[in-house]
Amino acid sequence: MAAIPLLELQDISLSFKGVKAINDISFTVGQGEICALIGPNGAGKSSLLNVINGVYQPDQGVIGFNGKSYRKMQSHQAAVHGIARTFQNIALFKGMSVLDNVLTGRNLKVKSSWIEQAFNIGRAPSDESTQRQKAEEIIDFLRINQWRNSIVGTLPYGLQKRVELARALAAEPRLLLLDEPMAGMNSEEKAEMSSFILDTQREFGTTVVLIEHDIGVVMDLSDHVVVLDYGKKVGDGTPDEVRKNPDVIAAYLGTKH
Amino acid sequence: MDFFLEVLTGGLLAGLMYSLVAIGFVLIYKASGVFNFAQGSMVLFAALTFVSLLERGVPFWVSFAITLLAMIVLAWAIERIVLRPLVNRPPITLFMATLGLSYIIEGLAQALWGAQVHGLDLGISDEPLEVGGMLLSQFDLFAAATAGALVLVLSLLFNKTRIGISLRAVADDQLAALAVGIKLQRIWMVVWAVAGFVGLVAGLLWGARLGVQFSLSLVVLKALPVLIIGGFTSIGGAIAGGLIIGASEKLAEVYLGPMIGGGIENWFPYVLALLFLLVRPAGIFGERAIERV
Repeated sequence: MAAIPLLELQDISLSFKGVKAINDISFTVGQGEICALIGPNGAGKSSLLNVINGVYQPDQGVIGFNGKSYRKMQSHQAAVHGIARTFQNIALFKGMSVLDNVLTGRNLKVKSSWIEQAFNIGRAPSDESTQRQKAEEIIDFLRINQWRNSIVGTLPYGLQKRVELARALAAEPRLLLLDEPMAGMNSEEKAEMSSFILDTQREFGTTVVLIEHDIGVVMDLSDHVVVLDYGKKVGDGTPDEVRKNPDVIAAYLGTKH
Repeated sequence: MDFFLEVLTGGLLAGLMYSLVAIGFVLIYKASGVFNFAQGSMVLFAALTFVSLLERGVPFWVSFAITLLAMIVLAWAIERIVLRPLVNRPPITLFMATLGLSYIIEGLAQALWGAQVHGLDLGISDEPLEVGGMLLSQFDLFAAATAGALVLVLSLLFNKTRIGISLRAVADDQLAALAVGIKLQRIWMVVWAVAGFVGLVAGLLWGARLGVQFSLSLVVLKALPVLIIGGFTSIGGAIAGGLIIGASEKLAEVYLGPMIGGGIENWFPYVLALLFLLVRPAGIFGERAIERV
C-alpha cells in the first residue's frame, strides 16, 4: 500500500431514513491497486460503491479522488473524473447489441458535436472511427468478439457480466468499481473473470475496487482488502493481515466450529 | 378504378395527419419507455397559444417562434419538476406522472387563454387540386409534405447522432446511462422539447382542420392504433402506421360502410389495431421486448 493514493474516503456516513447504512468509514486505495470490499450481506458494501460513483450522496465525509476532495459526487461528475462501474444486478442496455453497449461506454470520449454527426462533417468521421476502433479493442480484449452483434438481452448471464465490464472499460477509467462481478458464476467462469480483472490492472494500470463474496477469489486477486460489518470498517490491510485479524474472523469469516 | 385510387390516396394523405400526432408519442417513448399521456395536451397547449397570439395581432412567424419558445420552457419545467425526482423509478410511475401532467397542461392552457373555440387559418386553401386525374385536398398535400420534412429532420437527429444511442440507453436503464456519463436530464429536456415542437406542428394542422378547441387533445386517440400498428419506438413506423390507418379507414368506409350501415371510419382503426396486437404485438417496426427468464 505504498502506492500514491487514488481514492481516499474520509469519515463517510450514509443513512436511509434514520437507518445507518455506512458509519464513519475511512480508507485509502492506492494507484493501480486491486482493492476488495468484503463483508456479510447488508454490511454497506454496495452503498459505499454507490457513494463513490455518486448514486448516493453521503450525509457526512469527504471523497478524495486523484488529489482533489469532494464533499459529494454526482454520477455524471464521477464518470467525467474517470470512475466507471458495473452493477450487482447487471445494468446493461438490454435491447442494444454488444457493440452498441460498449460504444455507449465511449460516450464521454466523443469530441464531435451532434450537428457535425448529423451531416457527417468536421470532426465527426474521424471521431466515429476512433470510437469504433477503441470499442473493438475492448471487445477483443475481453474475447466477446463472436457476440459483438448479438442483442445483449439474449446472452447468458456470465457473458452479460463480461459485456458490462467491457462497457466500463471502454470509458478508459482510472478507477473501476465492480459490484460482485463473479456472482452466480461457476469456478471456471470465476477464474476467467479474475484473469480479466488482473489483465485490466496490468495492461491499463486501472485501479479496481470490487465487492466479492468468494473469499478464495478475493485472497488470490486483491492487493488490499477492506472488511465491513454493519456499516463499520472492521478490517483493512493485505489479504494476509486481514485473514489473521481476530475482529474480521469474528465478524465475517466465522469462528471455528 | 380511378375512384378507388382517389379514395386510397385521400386516405393515405389523411393518415399522415395521424402520423404527425403519433411521432410525438414515439419520441417520448424512445427516451423513457412510457406512453406520454400528456402528448394530446401539449398539442392543444401549442395550438391554443399560437392561435391566441395570432388573434392578438402578432405576426404569423413571431407567434410561431413564441409558441416554440413556450414549448421549450414547458419541456424544461417538466424535466425539472416532474421527471428529475423520478429517476430510477419504474415506468408505471412515469406513466402516472404523464397522466397527471396532461390535466395540468390542459388546465394551464385554459387558465392562460380561456376555453373558447378558435378558428385557425394557415392560409392554405382547402380547395381540391387535380393531380393525375384525382381530386386531392391541397391542405392534405401540405400536411403530408410537412410530415415528410419532419421525419427527415428527426431521423437525421436520431439515427446519425449520438443522441439516438443515448436515447435508447436512457430508456433501457437510467442508472447505467448515468454511470457511463450520459446526461439524463439533458436528454429528457431535449426530447420533451422536440416532442413539444412536433406537438406544435400537429396542433397547427389539426387546429386548422377542426378548429382550436379542447377536443383537440382527443386527436391523440387516433394516434393510438397508429402506434400499435407501426410500433411505439419507430418514427418510420409511425408514418407507416398512419398510412395504413388512413387508407384502410377510408376504404372500409367507402366499400364496407354501405353493407353494415356506414360510420365505420370511426372505429375501424381500433379493430385493425386489435388484430395487429394478436399477430404482431410490437408493431411493424417496433423493437420486440427481450426477456430472459
